[in-house]
Amino acid sequence: MSQQILAPADDYIVQIEVFEGPLDLLLHLIRKQEVDIYDIPIAEITDQYLRYVQVMKDLNVTVAGEFIAMAATLIHIKSQLLLPSDPTAVEEEIDPREQLVQQLLEHEKFKRAADMLHELETVELSVWPRGENEFEEEEQEAVSATVYDMIHAFHEVVERYKEQIIVEVEHDLVTVEDKIVEIRNLLKVQSEILFSFFFQHKISKLHLAVTLVALLELAKSREIQLSQKGVFKDIRILGC
Amino acid sequence: MLRGELENQILAIFFVAKEPVTFFQLQEIYPSATTQDLKEALQHLISNFNSSQKAMEIREVGGGYRMTSLPEHHEIIHSYLKTRPSSKLSLAALETLSVIAYKQPVTVPEIIEIRGVRGTSTIRTLLEKKLIEIRGRKTVVGRPIMYGTSKDFLLHFGLKNLSDLPTLDELEEVLSQPTT
Repeated sequence: MSQQILAPADDYIVQIEVFEGPLDLLLHLIRKQEVDIYDIPIAEITDQYLRYVQVMKDLNVTVAGEFIAMAATLIHIKSQLLLPSDPTAVEEEIDPREQLVQQLLEHEKFKRAADMLHELETVELSVWPRGENEFEEEEQEAVSATVYDMIHAFHEVVERYKEQIIVEVEHDLVTVEDKIVEIRNLLKVQSEILFSFFFQHKISKLHLAVTLVALLELAKSREIQLSQKGVFKDIRILGC
Repeated sequence: MLRGELENQILAIFFVAKEPVTFFQLQEIYPSATTQDLKEALQHLISNFNSSQKAMEIREVGGGYRMTSLPEHHEIIHSYLKTRPSSKLSLAALETLSVIAYKQPVTVPEIIEIRGVRGTSTIRTLLEKKLIEIRGRKTVVGRPIMYGTSKDFLLHFGLKNLSDLPTLDELEEVLSQPTT
């Protein structure tokens, strides 16, 4: 609800808020009407909800699938409420709104918690511990990267690789052993290599795989160290 | 050792420390001091220090003690550091974080269920900021990754530990009281 957009609806201008999701919007509609959350006037709220989604469409805001799914849920509940209750039913029927209400209440709890965190953050951002400033932050030591980080980075390379149209003409054979020697030699002349360095150029699938295996082998035998400045950042390969 | 001297020494440690100093660390430094003595010295030091001047304070955050400036001086410190206030987390990120904080260890499908939003980009943001960390996988179909909050989370929000967070019910009570 951080943003506000102006929306022309009918012949007047209404101000509508941008919501995080369907639960957010629904909660807003209910709280604005000041109706009892345990006894939501479904027909009315559904109308308002659908009107809002329509405004979003008119404004060419991409309406996320969740909003549509919630609209379907609301209409379903509305139709269930319209049906006369089964006079032969032994047990008392469950209010079709029940599950939605629980979900809304749960969602509201966490919205409150988020507000509380926001307040704590505001206070905390205005105090400094000893000797901490921006310059130091820049130089922060890299954290060590895990195998998962490397696999993630490798996945990105594969994604990039997919985008390129490659015509494989020659059949170049490369072995893991060759690659290990190559990496060792590289580390003799430079102190570190970036993970992305190996994948700058269009290389064959075989090359991709062999390079990754070679790096994993070297890491396993502790010949190289992997480090990373942050999650999803490029991985640095250092000789030990 | 006189208690005054012990307090002075601890204060010196707090002054030099970059990370919050834990009680355990103090116990290691003073093996002969009893837990009771250390606790008393700490309490006395903190209340004395915090009441005697108006520029800094010693606070209990992230499972330890650290010295920080007071919030009222944030503007002048920004002009000294030539920085602007750091950007705060977005509402979406805060919502995701609150679900993780209260439900940890929690999986993405569980977060989606509560937030009603499918986006998972906030998880990535929180991981990048190191406010959350991976806590293994849940032993259910699909073995989804479980997330929990990190020590940086405590520091970012100035919390002593996780139980320092008000419970969800407490939040409800505080906020549902009519404001006059």
